[in-house]
Amino acid sequence: MDFQLSDDQRALRAGMRELLTGRFGRDRMRAALDAGVAVDRGMWGELGAAGFFALRLAEADGGVGLGLPESVLLFEEAGRVLLPGPLAATHLAAGAVGAVKGAADGGAVVAVLDEGRPVAHLEAADALIALGPVRPGGVARVLEGDVLRELVRTARPVRSLDPLTPLHRVTAGVEDGVPLPGATPLRLEGALLAAAEQLGSAARTTEMAVQHAREREQFGSPIGAFQAVKHLCAQMLVRAEVARTAVYAAAVTADPAEIAGAKLLADEAAVHNARDCLQVHGGMGFTWEADVHLHLKRAWLRAGEWLRAAEAEEALAADLCRVHACDAGDL
Amino acid sequence: MDLADTDEEREFRARLREWLAAVLPGLPAKPGPDDWPGRRAYDTAWQRMLYDVGYAGLHWPVDAGGRGATPTQHLIFLEETERAGAPYVGANFVGLLHAGPTIAAEGTAGQRARWLPPVLRGDEIWCQGFSEPEAGSDLASLRTRAVRDGDHYVVTGQKIWTSHAEVADWCELLVRTDPAAPKHRGISWLAMRMDAPGVTVRPLRTLAGSTEFAEMFLDEVRVPVSHRVGAENDGWRVTMVTLSFERGTAFVGEVVACRRTLSALAAEVRRSGRWDDPVLRRTLGRLNAEFRALWRLTQWNVAEAQRSGGVPGTGGSVFKLRYSQARQELYDAAAEVLGADGADLDREWVLDRLTSLSYTIAAGTSQIQQNIVAERILGLPKGR
Repeated sequence: MDFQLSDDQRALRAGMRELLTGRFGRDRMRAALDAGVAVDRGMWGELGAAGFFALRLAEADGGVGLGLPESVLLFEEAGRVLLPGPLAATHLAAGAVGAVKGAADGGAVVAVLDEGRPVAHLEAADALIALGPVRPGGVARVLEGDVLRELVRTARPVRSLDPLTPLHRVTAGVEDGVPLPGATPLRLEGALLAAAEQLGSAARTTEMAVQHAREREQFGSPIGAFQAVKHLCAQMLVRAEVARTAVYAAAVTADPAEIAGAKLLADEAAVHNARDCLQVHGGMGFTWEADVHLHLKRAWLRAGEWLRAAEAEEALAADLCRVHACDAGDL
Repeated sequence: MDLADTDEEREFRARLREWLAAVLPGLPAKPGPDDWPGRRAYDTAWQRMLYDVGYAGLHWPVDAGGRGATPTQHLIFLEETERAGAPYVGANFVGLLHAGPTIAAEGTAGQRARWLPPVLRGDEIWCQGFSEPEAGSDLASLRTRAVRDGDHYVVTGQKIWTSHAEVADWCELLVRTDPAAPKHRGISWLAMRMDAPGVTVRPLRTLAGSTEFAEMFLDEVRVPVSHRVGAENDGWRVTMVTLSFERGTAFVGEVVACRRTLSALAAEVRRSGRWDDPVLRRTLGRLNAEFRALWRLTQWNVAEAQRSGGVPGTGGSVFKLRYSQARQELYDAAAEVLGADGADLDREWVLDRLTSLSYTIAAGTSQIQQNIVAERILGLPKGR
């Protein structure tokens, strides 16, 4: 056992951090926010060129040939900088050989449709993966071309809570499209990648809170010297670190219950840490100018995607049951 | 990132399992919680069995009589013994996890030869005399005085929360040897015999009704200067070596036990026909995520310690904060599962629920742990 990052994994993470710092630093992020452009095709291509989407595609198929552990490290970095776009769906489409042309190299944007939920980045999408129901055996489908165009035409835009995640409500049925086998792994892998983004956000808001607590002075000392503030920050780190080991371990084992646990804890860490970060920032935290609200809004959205708290908890309860050989089949 | 056993680790685990399966059925019945002589005999007999087959002091350095096992092997040992239902370290806790490692790290050759082998063999039991009525979280403000008189210290003061005091042979004692120095710089570490004249032990009753720890009154107790470990007035640094050991793998067995309890709770809910209650189901599901993650965090911290050459990192504070809270939530969930039976002390988990109230206090309160995390890991300024 050596449950620590390998040198290669550290290098991969450092490389992605460098790429994102250069290509999507805070100024670029705020510019995208002001312009209302969530998916930048140029950057999507650069991410593709860097192997972000084709990371798990076999080398023989033109991919990088790495695994889920490497993927979660990249998605964690994306979550830190609030990188917008349907990253997980495009990554999953790229991993299924030939499912969507151009997904692997960042030439295509692939969004995801989960029954009953608003669709993110629908207008930018070249293809749409319609996830099956949560239960096993549900079949995912890929929608492209005329089928997709018709779906977009009848979709209703939603005034999105997260300014960098445009949302649409889809009314049309999704029985059309090409079936993609194995909806459950797709949902689980999507949940894990989203959990990794939540982890990145939770770690980043911890850093932001700590930095502010060190610099902001009241009553003649940095507010971080007061235990009321200090303890908020300490609990943020605890949440982020517990989520980190949950996400990393789930990436190593790919165990469904472990993934459910990772999503549950990472959602909680991202949402709760963003709220605490906002609190530590005081009045500044309530402004549009501070980035805190962007982390919170994105975290709220992601918590509602792929695998929600109630579903994760049910899956984890069913897992306890399996240990004692009582009726499984709840999920 | 690798969670699988290496070939060596797999073999270590297999041999241990085989041995446990062979010896555990032959163990005598566990003594009752208030039968202190019985508990000492039971715990030391187990330690002797471990010693005889080479599992004693697994994580101690070889030159201290230990096996020099890797942190991962120690983790496997704690995991497998708990899974198999083997006896807990019990009365040997302070000797094996506090006093022993301190002596191994800071003691002279003579001190190591005198004190370490009896700990490994289960011949001698140690207790800890650190906390005082006026020195809890602020341990360094301790006032128990030790005055030099020739080749002895004369020790007078009062200690509290001393576990296993009734059955211990030795006490690792923190005393003030220089009252004029700043509080961290006037402390020394002494090994005191518990049968020395002037030592009075008075058991304290916990809220769970048992006598898990005691007060200790010291009235001009004479301790040889040769029983001081480390330099005079250097006891604070010597002690910190001990405390960091406590937060390495100290909770491995407990996390394994919590996961087993959680499965048993789920089985109990099924048995009582309440599995259709979504609130109860989701509560247990959430705790499953919690304890799975705590197990992974343990493995993460152990792997980190292994890479750094066995030094436990600050990850222990992060772990303890979350674990102590989760364990209290576990027994709150148990009370929900038990329903009306939650008031019956003879039902499983009810006493555990009471005991779990100490977890956010003992070995550094959650508030102190949060200060440690904020100041030492996050680098926030020291304050009040």
